Amino acid sequence: MKLAGLVVANFKRHRLRTTLTVLSILVAFVLFGYLAAIRKAFEMGVDVAGKDRLVVRHKVSIIQSLPQSYEAEIERIDGVKDATHATWFGGIYQDPKNFFAQMPVKPAEFMAMYPEFVLPPAQMDAWLKTRTGAVAGRKIADRFGWKVGDKIPIQATIWRPKGGGNTWTFDLVGIYDGAQKETDTTMFMFRHDYFDETRVFGQGTVGWYYIRIANPERAAEIVKKIDETFANSPYETKTETEGAFVKGFAEQAGNIGKIIMAILTAVFFTILLVAGNTMAQAVRERTQELGVLKAVGFTDVQVLGLVLFESCLISSVGGAIGLALAWKLVAAGDPTGGALPVFFFPPGDLVTGAIFVLLLGLAAGAIPAIQAMRLNPVDALRKE
Amino acid sequence: MSANGSLVRLGNVEKTFKRGSEEIHVLHELSLEIPTGEFLALMGPSGSGKSTLLNLIAGLDRPTRGSIDIGGERIDTMSGRALAGWRARHIGLVFQFYNLLPVLSAEKNVELPLLLTSLSSDERKKHVATALEIVGLTHRAKHTPRTLSGGEQQRVGIARAIVADSTLILADEPTGDLDRKTGDGILDLLQALNREHGKTIVMVTHDPHAAKRASRTLFLLDGKLSGEMEA
Repeated sequence: MKLAGLVVANFKRHRLRTTLTVLSILVAFVLFGYLAAIRKAFEMGVDVAGKDRLVVRHKVSIIQSLPQSYEAEIERIDGVKDATHATWFGGIYQDPKNFFAQMPVKPAEFMAMYPEFVLPPAQMDAWLKTRTGAVAGRKIADRFGWKVGDKIPIQATIWRPKGGGNTWTFDLVGIYDGAQKETDTTMFMFRHDYFDETRVFGQGTVGWYYIRIANPERAAEIVKKIDETFANSPYETKTETEGAFVKGFAEQAGNIGKIIMAILTAVFFTILLVAGNTMAQAVRERTQELGVLKAVGFTDVQVLGLVLFESCLISSVGGAIGLALAWKLVAAGDPTGGALPVFFFPPGDLVTGAIFVLLLGLAAGAIPAIQAMRLNPVDALRKE
Repeated sequence: MSANGSLVRLGNVEKTFKRGSEEIHVLHELSLEIPTGEFLALMGPSGSGKSTLLNLIAGLDRPTRGSIDIGGERIDTMSGRALAGWRARHIGLVFQFYNLLPVLSAEKNVELPLLLTSLSSDERKKHVATALEIVGLTHRAKHTPRTLSGGEQQRVGIARAIVADSTLILADEPTGDLDRKTGDGILDLLQALNREHGKTIVMVTHDPHAAKRASRTLFLLDGKLSGEMEA
């Protein structure tokens, strides 16, 4: 620690250059943090997807419906504990920009399938008693200022109601919270029985099935069995784990993870060159001073350590401020106004960021540090 | 110090540099003894090997052949790490162009060799204060080199050389960058360190006026001792 003062003093040497280098590192880590949150948002649900849950959809596409009668057939398959269904409603609340998922479900079965959606028992009872009842996630309720008891009008884009018009009006009977931070609390769910009776067409069909299996280790075998059961029927199925289903859904726009990784690789490579150049310049300019240090008794390893420490310190200052700034920006909320319902800086990525900070410092300082270590003090002292 | 009273003993030291395929013999079978407490001046024309000899005694460079014994220790056979530690404990270097770190204050520059010791912060401060007092720069302790005159910078350099209570002070043209009056002040200081504090000093100089301050002057020519003059 005695030598830390020596390193810190060097920061005063070229204040502008040091500041610019720190700023470039800072920007890289802000980008890192923000992109990590975006990647996480696109992977929404993959991490929390139940290992014992499968999703069955139409083999052609998720927008093709499946018969409601499949539920009983699926539940008869060996290894299946329970099955329930959901359907994509795709309505508009006030403005098409106000995007959020709306789904008709069977309340009791759905909430049993998803214990991570936490609904107070009294609100659950109200939902079971109210045919037009709906529940909303905490985040979406807060976003639109909804309270239990409100009437929520949704404009249909696919499923028009009988009796003319295209407005469905639901009674908000409950607001659910997420058991985990990653749990999506932007969904709006209402009763399938009311939906099925009221819609103009499509009676007896559902969008997809959620299945709970008894033993996750038998998932592959059960997936095969389900798809074989409905093979060669008008409604062939594609069954997959919930994680794979969510991932596939997220990757409709491309492999976001790979795209983000490519951007970050380019950014960090550039920053490595910038920081490496700064350190190389700093060592070149200080050759004589490094010679003095060796002359007064600093060992080669101590000189190597000083240069590496300086590089890591520059990287740490920029990186720490960058990560903190990214944390603050991400905490300000989803920048898309609803398209990324789960938007937060994953703590795991914060740790990865901290490791990157250190690695960047070491990588940028490695070559200059080795050069400094190998300096012959006689040659260094002679250098003008 | 060795048994016969010599602090520095060089035996048949040779130093050869390679420049491409050419070998340049800088020092030829040079043997030399420097008693403890001596103020020795090394004189000679450029390229005669004075600075190379000083670097060898300082442990900054190694001889091609021969032995260097300082205070009873063979430094020519030491590892790089051991040699660095030895330099920190026993050698104080004074340079022609002072070689102070511009980002550090005078007192921080003086403290540098002490950072390698196990002294506490308070102990280091005391040593630094004493060294600065000896060179008469207590009042300039907080100043950075750029705000000091040449003579003051050289005094800081000398304070840095004595702060760890080194056995041997090696000065390479310490007055080479100073005017006569300021140079005389530096020579007075070196002389005082030799006489009052018992420091053994080896000073390389081109200047006969500076060499007169030494108790003995050795002349080098083409890498060999060519003459000697007692004060």
